[in-house]
Amino acid sequence: MLHIHGVSKRFPGVIALDSVDISLAPGEVVALLGENGAGKSTLMKIIGGVYQADAGSLTVDEVSYSFRSPSEALDKGIRVVFQELSVLENLDISENIFLGRELKKGGLVDRKRMRDLTVDYLEKVGLKRSPSTPVAALSIAERQLVEIAKAFSMKVRYLILDEPTSSLTLEESNRLFEIIADLKSEGVGIFYISHRLDEIGVVADRVVGLRDGRNAGALTKEEITHEAMVKLMVGRDIAPSVNSGPSSASEVVLDVQELRTSRYPSIPVSFSIRAGEILGLAGLVGAGRSEVTRALFGIDPCQGSISIQGESLKVKSPKDAINAGMFLVPEDRRNAGLTTTMSVGENIVLPAWKKFSSLGLKKQGSARKYAAEGVEQLNVKTPSIDQIAANLSGGNQQKVVLARWLQMNPKVMIIDEPTRGIDVGSKAEIYTELRRLAAQGLAILMVSSDMEEVLAVSDRVGVMHEGHLSGILDRKDASEEAIMNLAVGGAV
Amino acid sequence: MKFGKELSIFLILAAVCMFTGVKNPNFFSQANILNTTKMIGIYGIFSIGMGFVIITGGIDLSVGSVFALLGVGLSMLLTEHHMNPWLAVLLAVTAGGVLGLLHGVLVTKAKLQSFIVTLCGLMIYRSLARTITGDNTRNFSDAPQAKALIEFVNGDWKGLPTPMWLLIVTAVIAFIVLHRSVFGIRLLATGQNEESARFAGISTQRITLITYVVCGLLAGVSAVLLAFYTSSISPNGHGIGYELYAVAACVLGGFSLRGGDGSIIGVVLATALLQVLRNMINMLQWSQQLEFSLVGGVILVGVLIDGAIRNRKKRITA
Repeated sequence: MLHIHGVSKRFPGVIALDSVDISLAPGEVVALLGENGAGKSTLMKIIGGVYQADAGSLTVDEVSYSFRSPSEALDKGIRVVFQELSVLENLDISENIFLGRELKKGGLVDRKRMRDLTVDYLEKVGLKRSPSTPVAALSIAERQLVEIAKAFSMKVRYLILDEPTSSLTLEESNRLFEIIADLKSEGVGIFYISHRLDEIGVVADRVVGLRDGRNAGALTKEEITHEAMVKLMVGRDIAPSVNSGPSSASEVVLDVQELRTSRYPSIPVSFSIRAGEILGLAGLVGAGRSEVTRALFGIDPCQGSISIQGESLKVKSPKDAINAGMFLVPEDRRNAGLTTTMSVGENIVLPAWKKFSSLGLKKQGSARKYAAEGVEQLNVKTPSIDQIAANLSGGNQQKVVLARWLQMNPKVMIIDEPTRGIDVGSKAEIYTELRRLAAQGLAILMVSSDMEEVLAVSDRVGVMHEGHLSGILDRKDASEEAIMNLAVGGAV
Repeated sequence: MKFGKELSIFLILAAVCMFTGVKNPNFFSQANILNTTKMIGIYGIFSIGMGFVIITGGIDLSVGSVFALLGVGLSMLLTEHHMNPWLAVLLAVTAGGVLGLLHGVLVTKAKLQSFIVTLCGLMIYRSLARTITGDNTRNFSDAPQAKALIEFVNGDWKGLPTPMWLLIVTAVIAFIVLHRSVFGIRLLATGQNEESARFAGISTQRITLITYVVCGLLAGVSAVLLAFYTSSISPNGHGIGYELYAVAACVLGGFSLRGGDGSIIGVVLATALLQVLRNMINMLQWSQQLEFSLVGGVILVGVLIDGAIRNRKKRITA
């Protein structure tokens, strides 16, 4: 039995945790609910030995501990799979799984046995890759599976999964739930953090809510409903976002003909998006959706013709796309969407400096005003525009990326996984924002692996399968079944 | 902007000056001040160039060999071809820029690591300098047309030597470029996270390329100053190891070798500190061989203290 009693943690200016109690029994799955900034991650980091609590106690089987490092927690069988992945790109899968506890034979690393064992772990998590695949070649979703496989390779008694499904497809998530069920039956206790409420209903035996660093109540298995969870988390009800759809016969803003990406050079993809329309792009991870967004934005080289409002466009670099009013909010917020070491304000102004310079020198005053407008427009929760972007929650970071582009009068907005790892409250705000933008006449391309999101936000749904755009469904025809069917290679 | 680090280097610099001056009043003599500031000028200019490259996360190890190659080249243009001295100087500086461009192209287009590219440069330029001179030491005694220019470079104005004035001009421009211009913020963004900078529409390759050209041009300027200052260029030893002084000044002055961070005032003050330390060894008649131990020790202690302060800050803001 894992017991947390009266744990508090204070950072300068913030009380992250205020006398929080929580417990976890072997073979139990406890979902931890809370908006970003509610203290979930801090609590898990204390349990996992990353942070040390200022007050309170942590006991495992009635013995009190104060972990000073993750390895001390690991010794007691507590393993955390963090949302920020910690796999090393230049090692292969088996090397990552056995990192720090490499199997040895005669003083040398026993690669063969490591790889053989890894095959089993990968099978368990359903990752169809060879153990010798370098992690650099894996998608973010696949890396997440490697992380989870790593947890299985250890003698784990208490497992903490922080947003494990945030980048997994439905199929992969379902596999994960099976694994969780297996672990449960083996007596492993699991803390489960997710913003996808539907899956909490599936996996959790109990729900514990956190709000502003305090216990906000709990739900028993029978009490778990969507509404109850939302209420627990935010203390109020949130109306689900509704899409109004584009005005009929509006002009085509983005027209893409025979686009060939570098990953699938032999497969042309064509589609167009009208003013006021949100085209959702669904599909399994690796289907080539992100590649399309990267090609359109000039990150990767591509062939084909792209035109915006009838004007043909050569995109050789992001600069070309930006000048044409086409912006990308990439999947990887921390390493591509934002320069997290810079301030919120600097991030917003970064692509727009041309507007705020004379003779190449920065005009700080007007640039700051511009950044502040962006922050205000999107309701970014930050103490000031001088706050370092890394210190913001995921939802607010995403709003900063959006603010950066909205301030530049977009015509086309491409958004890859708009709400990955973002709490329900911010999610709703981002959906509302997307709808508002569409209503202003933007064309929006939204890649998402979250089926609920695709169905809730899109006017049409394109589905990709192994590089092909296997179909585009109208709103009325789009259902989870229809999308899944196309995603796995079925016909329209 | 915070100037905590610059202030501490300045205070250490002042302390070293006071200490040396008390021990040997000649330290404050006009001749010594002129000579020391001349060295600060020459070293400071190419250290600033190095700083720009370091902000991108790169390094230029070839600087010392560039000095040798451009130095013997300048001497040959003036003494064998009797070229107009200003034209020869212009050619030398341009050649520095071209070498920088070459490094930059290899780093950005051929995707080679700057360490490797400029390490090869270090070897190749040195060997070329030795080959074209047959390893003979060059000078400017057969270049009467350059006499006025050489005197100008070695002269002084309003109490400061020419190289120091050039450093001041370079530093002011570099300060504005790095800390006040759009190029500067794009350069810092590129250095902090090239991928993110690319997603913000910054032509990171072009920016990186420009820093290598700037580094090459400033190395060219320093090469001319150094050649005229020494007036004797032995292809085998001229400028050897100078790139390390520049790297040291950058690290001490607050640049991160990972890129993305740097201060022009910092690198200038750090250059001054390193030169004053060298001068102190002379002035106090300590053993010359001690020089590198002292310089190395100061850098190590500086970086250690800086790291400790940073960690403390991190813990507080975490």
